[in-house]
Parts: sequence; structure tokens; C-alpha cells
Amino acid sequence: MTQDANTLQDKLARKQTALEGKPFGPGSHTEHEGKTMTGAQAIIASLEAEGVDTIFGYPGGQAIKIYDALYDSKKIHHVLARHEQGATHMADGYARATGKVGVVLVTSGPGATNTVTGIMTAYMDSVPLVVITGQVTRGVIGTDSFQESDIVGITMPIVKHSFLLQSTADLTRTFREAFYVASTGRPGPVLIDVPSDISGEQMVFHYPDSISIPSYKPTYRGNAKQVKQAAALITKAKRPLLYAGGGIVISHACQELVELAERMQIPVVTSLMGKGAMPCSNPLNLGPVGMHGSKYANMAVTECDLLIAVGARFSDRVTGKVSEFAPHAKVIHIDIDPAEIGKIINPVVPIVGDARVVLASINERLAKQDAKPNDEQWVKDVFSWRERWPFYTSDFADYPDKIAPEVVLSKLSDKLDSEASIVTTEVGQHQMWAHQNIRREHARTFLSSGGAGTMGFGFPAAIGAKIGCPDDEVVCVAGDGSLQMNIQEMATARAENVPVKVLLIDNRTLGMVYQWQSLFYNKRFSFTQLPANDPDFVKLAEAYGWQAARISRPEEVDAALDQMLASDQPYLLDVVIPKDQTVYPMVAPGAPIDDIIGALDVTLGGVRVTEKGFGDGKKPKSLEDVLDEEEREGDE
Amino acid sequence: MKHILSVLVENKPGVLSRVTGMISRRGFNIGSLTVAPTEDETLSRMTIIVEADEVGFEQITKQLHKLVSVFKISDLTEDDAIERELVLFKVQCSPERRHEIIEIATVFRANIVDVGKNTLTVEATGTESKLDAMEDLFRAYGIRQLTRTGKIAMSRGHDQ
Repeated sequence: MTQDANTLQDKLARKQTALEGKPFGPGSHTEHEGKTMTGAQAIIASLEAEGVDTIFGYPGGQAIKIYDALYDSKKIHHVLARHEQGATHMADGYARATGKVGVVLVTSGPGATNTVTGIMTAYMDSVPLVVITGQVTRGVIGTDSFQESDIVGITMPIVKHSFLLQSTADLTRTFREAFYVASTGRPGPVLIDVPSDISGEQMVFHYPDSISIPSYKPTYRGNAKQVKQAAALITKAKRPLLYAGGGIVISHACQELVELAERMQIPVVTSLMGKGAMPCSNPLNLGPVGMHGSKYANMAVTECDLLIAVGARFSDRVTGKVSEFAPHAKVIHIDIDPAEIGKIINPVVPIVGDARVVLASINERLAKQDAKPNDEQWVKDVFSWRERWPFYTSDFADYPDKIAPEVVLSKLSDKLDSEASIVTTEVGQHQMWAHQNIRREHARTFLSSGGAGTMGFGFPAAIGAKIGCPDDEVVCVAGDGSLQMNIQEMATARAENVPVKVLLIDNRTLGMVYQWQSLFYNKRFSFTQLPANDPDFVKLAEAYGWQAARISRPEEVDAALDQMLASDQPYLLDVVIPKDQTVYPMVAPGAPIDDIIGALDVTLGGVRVTEKGFGDGKKPKSLEDVLDEEEREGDE
Repeated sequence: MKHILSVLVENKPGVLSRVTGMISRRGFNIGSLTVAPTEDETLSRMTIIVEADEVGFEQITKQLHKLVSVFKISDLTEDDAIERELVLFKVQCSPERRHEIIEIATVFRANIVDVGKNTLTVEATGTESKLDAMEDLFRAYGIRQLTRTGKIAMSRGHDQ
């Protein structure tokens, strides 16, 4: 978070601009207005009219005219990625970190299809992108011409909206609509496909200063009657719980969330997208919930009598077995996307609206009534569970003498300035360890591919985030599998002089699948083990002009992290961990979320235990017993 | 159960696949679909018949609403809506039995639109049950070819 350049006020002002349909930049008040130019020049002028200062891309034949126009732009910095997927994730990371619309420019055919995973990743996590793809000339569309792909058709299921430009007359309005649709309502990626003859055609540039799309009217204000019902339920609840998702971050509702939680003493669990929605230093924040959530957060869901879901969508990674999710709770569901409400869980009170606006109106009602929490015991109980089943304790080690990833990430968390740092992750075990052990104080400072689970996202996203927030320390927590999916972007970081840090949690396995094979597939490690020494990530990083170091002993961790963070260069720290280190606690896929494998229980002297809920009153089984039993059953 | 949706959309290339793609992607099957421009030629109206339970149908409606190309969705299932379908039957028929076919057509207020050596082509409009009844009768003679348009529907009275 670059506090000075991008404050909450700036973000709210930008949100207001977006809602009013106005351009994010000078709009018609540029030197381009009224001038005759080519379509390609009009595209660059449109981006300038939207105030775009950074785009990510890769040139090619059908985009060459647009790139030629870009050559003259003094306002737009173009970041040349080494792969179009990398460019798209960079724009995504930039958008997540800054709250602005990320812009991607690529060519037709393979250039366009290489953005598909990036677009899908942004779509699943509601990230505003405008993706501009070159297309073959209108005359040859449909003839299988060189580097032709029907990118509008290919991306139809994974964009919020898309346009195939048909005429220069539609060009500027299309760009305004694209930025408007991408950034309002539930944000998402919008694709504009530009046939190259349109790029070459002459036109007069006029940029619209407002837009209205009659078929697109998101609801921001919650229904007053439903807000009243929600407030009534909250005042009556004995064991209320907030379930905060990415919608809090997107709508800038963090203050409103904290106000509600503190006034009514409501603990908060967060989805992966909701991390940062509430400061981790706030004791009411119980943190991660679901498959790799803490036992205490999952128990809170199971025991609560009112669940207030805000900007969250009841992902299967959160709910586990849906029929046993929050079994005692009435549900209030607040979301700007009406289709999310009732999709998985049928709420007692559905509220369609902007999380910030709705929470503010609930808070207002509660303040007017001077509402007070009903039952102090609930929070005490939940806090005692946190004492009993912590994620990790320093006196515990699954593999003594080896580096524990929990320790590395917890130390990283301590060393980072929470006011000026961003952590991104790739996808897999390291992502879950980061989610569990890295504490964040602000929204938009933990960027991770939640819905899509895209390996290869985190590293380019870190580059995009660092470009968007150059004053922040940006660290990508990566695995050795994921990093290799977009490792070519090391060249981009070097060439652009973007000093991102990569903390590589290196176990030479595709760890999350390896873990599942270990737990649920009789240790049949089908294609999840990678060569122990190839590649040598330190040499590889150095070949890209990076600084790099490797550690494998616990006593090296502190100094190595300090050295990494002190560097003003792109820096990779390769942290060797044992391949059998497992992410615990864990809920088996399809199991209820209070049926937890491998939670630490300090009342038993800090051993991993496996039992459903509070157990049956007997001594809980140790993890080893359970795994032995499973193995014996497997043998039979 | 079967639901009838009347969907007002932008009359632009690709909109049909946006709508049908959305429905199939969410795991539902389209029973029938008609689409044509409305009185305002920038807009088209689709009449879509889908099989879904209440929860599924609600999802389809909400997801369709999210498409920027979709203006308005009316559920005509429960309504006292006017439903019509047009069908063309090419019925096997020797010249001496033509009058039988013509009689059936007259009863159903259908028209003979073509006569071949051994066939008669009948055009009929109506509700699904009426057209089903005609089809049953013509089967006795042999149906060479049959084309149905799929249902179109409109609510009664002033409101759309």
C-alpha cells in the first residue's frame, strides 16, 4: 500500500467516479480530442483518456499498429512481459494491489489464447481487467487466416463482458464501456478484440465523458427492509460470526466490517480473498476458515447461531460438506452479485448490495438502537479454542533440524512492515502456509489466486503489484512447482528493474497433490516428485541477473530473510524444506469442516490430533494413530 | 419442471451464444429456443424453454441477468401467457385421400401450403397440445418431414 499516493479517500473517489460512469482520467479533455487519427492511435488516446499510466503486454503482427501508436505515448509505460500469461497476471496483480483497472495488450491467435488462464484467474477472483487483443482484418475473420483465433468465443465463459470491434465509430465508446463494466458492480475482466484494419482506419477522436448502459445496472444500496431484518437478527444472536470475503476488500468496507465486529463483539473468519479485510492484530479476527483453516475458526462456524457472510460466496474450499456447514446458524448473505445469493446456501436474510454501503447501514441502525452484544461468553469460548488449537507453536517441529515453513513465513511476517508491504503467493502448500502464518493489517496486501487456484499467478502478480506500489516491499511466496510455470518473468523483473523478492519454499514435490496422495491415495506418488537438484534455482536466478541464496538449516533463516529484505535488487531466497512436511490442519475434501485432521492441541502438550469437533470426551487420537489406522485399512 | 423464459437482448452478433453458453455451462438443457428481432430492431426477444427445479431456475435467471447483453427477463411459466408454435407437416398422402388431410387441417384451422404428387404440406400454429394432436393424426398417414419452430410466448394485457 502506497499510503500517500493511493489512500482510502483516493480509492473511494475512484469508486464514485466509476459508479457515475465517468472516465478515470481526463476523458475528452486531452490534446487528442477532435483530432483525426488512426484507430490504433485512438486506442492509445482512449487509454490516456482513462488515465492509464501502465499497461502490460507483448507485441505481434495484428497488434503492431497499436504498438506503433504506443511508441508515441508519453503517458503510458508499457511493461514487456516474456509470455502473455505473465502479462495478464501482472496486470491482475497491479489491479489487486492498487484497486485500479489492469490493462493488457497482446496480439491475435496464440498471443490472445495465452491470456486465457490469466483472464480466468481474474474472473474467478473478481479483478477488473481490460484485455485488448489484436485480431485479423475483418475481411478474413472466419477463414482460418494466420494467427486467427476466435478469442471472443474462447473467453466467453470467463469474461464479465467482451467486444469484437466492428467499426471505428464504436471505438471510444467501447473503451469507456469496457472500463465501466470492468470496474463497477462485481468487477471482472473485459476483453476488446480489435481487427487490425480498424487499427489502420482514419477516424476523428471523441472520448465520451459519461456512459450509461441500460441493460447493466448493479444494485449498490441494500433493501431497507432486509437491512432492518439483518440488524434485528444481529442484536438477538447469542453466537454471531462474520464470514468476510473478497467483496469487503473490493468495496473498501474494512472500516465498516471492524465497526460491526467490535460493536457487537462478533468474531470474524476470512476466506482467502478476504485476508486483509480485517487487521490480523485485531483479536476478533480468527483468520482462515475451511479446508486449511484453523480448528478454532472452523469450530466457530460450526457452533455459531448467526452467520453473516459479506462479499463471500461459500466456496467449497470454505464450506466442506455444505449440509453440515454452520448447522446451527441462520445465515445473512450480503453480496453485490444476486446470483451468488442462494447458489450454495439459502440465507434467511439475503441482501443484494455493495458490502460497504450495506454494512454502513446496518451499523447505523445498530448505533441508533445503541445495540450491545448479547453474550460475552461466546467470544471467550472462541478465544479459548484459539489458545488450545493454535496453527503452530514454536516448541513444535514435525521435522527437527529441518526448516519448518511455518517458522519461515511467520518470521517473514514479523520482519515485513505491515504498513508498506505486499505478499503474493503461488498456489499449493506454500500458499496455505502463507495464508495461515503471514499476518496482514490492510486490504490489498495479500494477493493470491483463490477461485482459480492458478499456479504461475503469484510471481508475475508480484511484479505487477510492485510496479503499481513501488514504495512497498513486495514478496512472492512461491513453491518450486508453481514458480516454474512463469519463471521467464524473471527477465521482466530484471529488465524493468523491479526489485521483487521471491521466497521459494522448495520441497521438490508438487506438494499439495503429494500431500493428498500421502493422505488419501496410499502414498502412490504419481508424478508429483521433481528432480532434487535440477534446476538449481540460485544459478537460474543469477542467470537472469538476480541476486539469490539458498538455505537448508533452521539457524540460517533469520539472517537469510534479513539479507533478502535488505536487497534493493530482485532477489530469490531458496528455502529447502522436507518433502513430507504436510499442511495441517486439514479437512478432507467433502468432509464437514469441524472434522479436522492434524490440528495441534496444546492441552495435550502440543501434539497433532485428529477428531471431529470437540471429540467424544475420550482422549483424542493422535495424528500418527489415525494415519497408521488408515494405512492398515489400506493394506487390508 | 419446464420453464418458459422470455428474454430481451441486444440484437448483436454473439449474443445468442452468450445466452445459450451461460445456460449450458451452468449445467442446464435448453428444450427449445426461438429468437428474432422485436419492434425495436436493436433488440431481439428470445423465448427459451428449460427444464430445471426451482433453485436451478433461479440460478439461470440470475446468471442471465448478469450478462451485459441482457435487458430484461420475464418468467412466463406461471403466467397466463399466450404461447404459440408454428409447425410444417409434410404428410404422405395419395391423391384420392387428400380430402381426409384437408378435413383434418380445417378442423384445426391449419392451412395447406403445398401439394405434391404423394404429399400434402400443412402449416399449423397453436399451442403445443394442439400441434401434438395433429401430429398424432397425421402419423396414421405417414409424416415425411416435420419442422417445429419452438415456442414463442407473450404475457397478456399491458405489462410485458
